Amino acid sequence: MIADQELAAIEGRGDEALLELSLGPHHPSTHGVFRMDVVLDGERVMKLKPVFGYLHRNHEKIAEGASYLASMPYTDRLDYIGSLTNNWAYALAVEKLAGIQVPERAEYIRVITAELTRLQNHASTIGFLTQEMGASGSPLMYSFREREKILDLFEALTGSRMMCNYMRFGGCRVDLPAGWLEQTKKVVGDFPRFLDEFESLLTGNEILLARTQGVGVLSKELAIQGGVTGPILRASGVNYDIRKVDKYGIYDRFDFRVPIGEHGDVYDRYMIRMLEMRESVKILEQALRDIPAGPIMDSKTKIRGFRPKAGEAYGRIESAKGELGFFLISDGSPNPYRYRVRPPSLINLTVLEDMCVGSSVADTIVIFGTIDIVLGEVDR
Amino acid sequence: MNLEEIKSRIEAALPGCRLEIVVNSSPSGQHSLVVGREGAVEVARFLRDDAELRLDYCSNVSGVDWLDAETSEKVKVKKLVDGVEQEVEEVRKTRTPGYLEVVYHLYSMEKKHGPVVLRQRTGDRGDGVTVASFTPVWRSAEFQEREVFDLYGILFEGHPDLRRILMWDGFEDHPMRKDYVEPNDYEYEPTPHDSVLAKAAQARAMEGRE
Amino acid sequence: MDADLKMELSRQGIFTTTLEEIYNWGRKSSVWPLTFGLACCAIEMIATTMARYDLARFGAEVFRPSPRQADLMIVAGTVTKKMAPQVVRLYNQMPEPKYVIAMGACAISGGPFKQGYNVLKGIDRYIPVDVHIPGCPPRPEALIDAFMLLQKKIAAQSLTGAERPRYLHADEPSEFVVPEYGAHDLVPAKNEKLWNIIYKTPNGASAAGEDESGRD
Repeated sequence: MIADQELAAIEGRGDEALLELSLGPHHPSTHGVFRMDVVLDGERVMKLKPVFGYLHRNHEKIAEGASYLASMPYTDRLDYIGSLTNNWAYALAVEKLAGIQVPERAEYIRVITAELTRLQNHASTIGFLTQEMGASGSPLMYSFREREKILDLFEALTGSRMMCNYMRFGGCRVDLPAGWLEQTKKVVGDFPRFLDEFESLLTGNEILLARTQGVGVLSKELAIQGGVTGPILRASGVNYDIRKVDKYGIYDRFDFRVPIGEHGDVYDRYMIRMLEMRESVKILEQALRDIPAGPIMDSKTKIRGFRPKAGEAYGRIESAKGELGFFLISDGSPNPYRYRVRPPSLINLTVLEDMCVGSSVADTIVIFGTIDIVLGEVDR
Repeated sequence: MNLEEIKSRIEAALPGCRLEIVVNSSPSGQHSLVVGREGAVEVARFLRDDAELRLDYCSNVSGVDWLDAETSEKVKVKKLVDGVEQEVEEVRKTRTPGYLEVVYHLYSMEKKHGPVVLRQRTGDRGDGVTVASFTPVWRSAEFQEREVFDLYGILFEGHPDLRRILMWDGFEDHPMRKDYVEPNDYEYEPTPHDSVLAKAAQARAMEGRE
Repeated sequence: MDADLKMELSRQGIFTTTLEEIYNWGRKSSVWPLTFGLACCAIEMIATTMARYDLARFGAEVFRPSPRQADLMIVAGTVTKKMAPQVVRLYNQMPEPKYVIAMGACAISGGPFKQGYNVLKGIDRYIPVDVHIPGCPPRPEALIDAFMLLQKKIAAQSLTGAERPRYLHADEPSEFVVPEYGAHDLVPAKNEKLWNIIYKTPNGASAAGEDESGRD
């Protein structure tokens, strides 16, 4: 971080000393259409202002004109890498609003799909991060190889690789096809070997260590103040995982740990994601072993003509990027009166400037990569 | 602790602040607290710093637009009709003025409890749309309050950098308001119905006039 | 040249071609796309370049980040009104011959977000599009199919005559007007020369349009 007096001294040198640059919106490393207006002194970043809205598709306004169920496919397109967790967050909020109970088998299916989504999300994030560090796509190829296996499972279950539209208010849309559990057990059984291979290539690597340790440190106080959630918060040392705090769904039945970091730098965030993938594998093994037979949908809830009572509710889950919440206000009609998405990626960006000021442009790209944003969520 | 206890705790510590509980009629049971304009930032700071509450994490800031509502009821009134006093049914209309409001969901990372829902209401939907900004208390509200300004037009006093965040700077409307009208952009539709059919007829009429 | 004769000669080891054929073969086999992922379709585009559905074997070996070095712009994802001037500016910066693939429902016509105040209803309002891929998102196989269709289109282009492509006509523009941010909408809302609305008058004949494509 640059002290105010130093900044004033540099700015007093005159305009020629500082370069104002716009990184984006079309940029190979900005994860989508995202723009950062930076003021540079040589290679060092003095000020950074994020500019977004280039993918603002007014999801909230469309939801006000559509019924509750019609907004479900739009939630897929928020965090488009993890569509099933978005579906679950929305279903959870509506179930809170209307007081709907979910049968057990559906809860197990939700946990299985959410953890599979977390696995492929973290693998892709690490792949993209190493690509921005200059590994030129090879770890990304490995990540996407595993991702394709998980997408095959999603396609067999929901009919679509990415935009799954699978959860319903009170359960899931269709039951597991024959042989899906065995196939999933096989994929989950192979996953630790992929993680070992991935880690042996990356974790002890000199270049990775040099580029990530000590870079982009985020202190605990700033993380809590800035409302940061997800792996970034835990890397800064705060023990707050909504799966353990709220115990939504049936997460209190599973035995898993929450990795916490010490330094709050880029390396910690990378390691937290690696460890979280291993914990997700543990949860998946337990869930796949214990899943009961039974109905997958609450029999008392109407799917067509769904009209919850007037009132409001806020429901949240721990998605792979942080806390994803939905705030719904109902006035008794089939359409929501107010539909609001609490996007983790947008709020995690609040501290981007504090993390990047004082580092070089190359480090800014790496720090930005670890925040792991998805523009569909930032702009909605 | 429940919302009544929180309210009495705040009133004990900060006399003179206006608080009101809004009951939530859905099964979620998340009732909220409306904070008056004066002393709103002090209330927020108390909620964050109080040893029992420690609500240090502002999770969600949303804007809501409540339009002017008109309710009509039938009232029996004694009136003179043709020289004879009779009881006549009259329809009386009452207008409740609309307002904009900002809803804050607060959690505690230290004590792991929540949510506590806080609301701020504006006076009307026209000129009096200024509320206090909670960004000096919770930094996570910075971008979200900018978004509420951009989409609803609520001005936050005390925000360090209040400008549009999602739309471009020259944009002049506040699109999430309920009375926003989109620019007319009719496009050919093979099977129009409902409101699109009305637009199609209008476009065809304009086409015929050219 | 007669096709049978050509086949016979090539069996004997004599390879015959025309200048047009070999020119087009060289061009279609090394179309380099611009990295232009906007939204969800970008992830499917990345998946197409990965190991399972390798796009590089079709000639799209490298995705160039700079428009000055790219031939093809795959518009993958929703184009919003805030982003539209940048898209058109990038298209203008690409050197001729250049092609555009509109990938996904959003790039074709606004897609599921069509009723949006910030969504541009199709990128073909401002730039000419060669191939449209429907889908939300289209599968990687669909993108490969569209790529092959583009290759067929390039192979069929002629070097001389009236049907020669746009970049060989001296008086056809290769840069299009960049829209600007207005108070309520983009200015101009669409490029009139590129995008004509076709209406059907009540008696079924089409009015004020260019080609009738058999819609009822």
